[in-house]
Amino acid sequence: MGAELTKLFELVISSSLVNNFVFTWFLGLCIYFGVSKKMETAIGMSVTFTAVMMISAAVSWLVFNYIMVPLGIEFLMIIVFIGVVAGLVQGSDTIMRKVSPVLYHKLGIYLALISTNCIILAVPLMNVGNHYNFIESMAFALGSGLGFSLAMIIMASIREKIELADVPAPFRGLPMAFIISGMIALAFTGFSGLITL
Amino acid sequence: MSANDEISNWELIKNGILKENTIFKLALSLCPAIAVTTKLKDGFFMGLAVVFVQVMVNLTVSAMRKFIHPRIRLPIFMLIISGWVTIVNLLMDALVPDVYKNVGLYIQLIVAFASILARAEMFASKNKVVPSMFDGIGMGLGFLVALIFVSTFREIVGNGSILGYSLFGAKPLLILVLPAGGFFAVGLLMALFNWLYARYGTRGHAG
Repeated sequence: MGAELTKLFELVISSSLVNNFVFTWFLGLCIYFGVSKKMETAIGMSVTFTAVMMISAAVSWLVFNYIMVPLGIEFLMIIVFIGVVAGLVQGSDTIMRKVSPVLYHKLGIYLALISTNCIILAVPLMNVGNHYNFIESMAFALGSGLGFSLAMIIMASIREKIELADVPAPFRGLPMAFIISGMIALAFTGFSGLITL
Repeated sequence: MSANDEISNWELIKNGILKENTIFKLALSLCPAIAVTTKLKDGFFMGLAVVFVQVMVNLTVSAMRKFIHPRIRLPIFMLIISGWVTIVNLLMDALVPDVYKNVGLYIQLIVAFASILARAEMFASKNKVVPSMFDGIGMGLGFLVALIFVSTFREIVGNGSILGYSLFGAKPLLILVLPAGGFFAVGLLMALFNWLYARYGTRGHAG
């Protein structure tokens, strides 16, 4: 049991820091650049994102192992997973609106954006590719969510400062955001080799 | 963009490559632009896959546009897209296994490309089959050209080679092929494009 727990802990650390989705896999960039202009929205997005990530990883793991494998239709993986994600986002949108209008008012707009996020789809695909069991896939999803939140929050705090800086005209806006991300990514390479799974 | 028959097919292609270039102008679908552009070969095949999916999706959506009820159009579009992506995914795995090893995950994630869904929704669902095909070719080529730009730049400057053939016998700026370098490369190229547009007076700025 002790060894199991260590493995899970390593999985969380590796997927959030060492193999951070934004800085080493370059996934979810549209949202990362789109929503990281203000700290408040960045935090809202991160919370919603991590929650949806865990749920969709769990559901798609169950669907894959208990429905698709017995039927021998693993090659339909992409179609089924995109359906699961879209259905989940739509479902949680409806449930949240009914159950907690306050929360919906705050986080609802992020939900719609999430369905076009490639990380949400990449995590189930990678869970299948790496043959993780259920608990391991949950740890992987949690780590990925945390890593994405970390990236969003770092980026938002830097971008709020950049607003005040005098950036050369051609670099204003996105190009500058890219250069900053490059620097953060460089810093994150410091984590490589921390854990080898 | 409205349905407009007098726009020639050539204009549609040019629009996709220059005016609405997915990566440099609209800043969509950025993930693969950074992830698979360390080598020209990977970038080229990734771009090719996108051209294929975009054209086929536009064709399918446009051909079926009279039968799709507007209220359920988005799920239907997603189904069409993921169907074609599955086909490309299996094809690439079979035909170019050495490239697929590097870009496999990103090929599967073409499903989540905002640009493909956007073209299906904005253009193909309102236009006839032939213009939709040319619109698909244009948008796809725009993406392919951008990927070729970024990956050529990164392979020459970062790895000192082109298509795997060594140019200088040294690696001038190794940082560009490291993961972090992708951000730098795209940032610099975007700034360059902004500067060119500002200087030679085409309207619109990226970002």
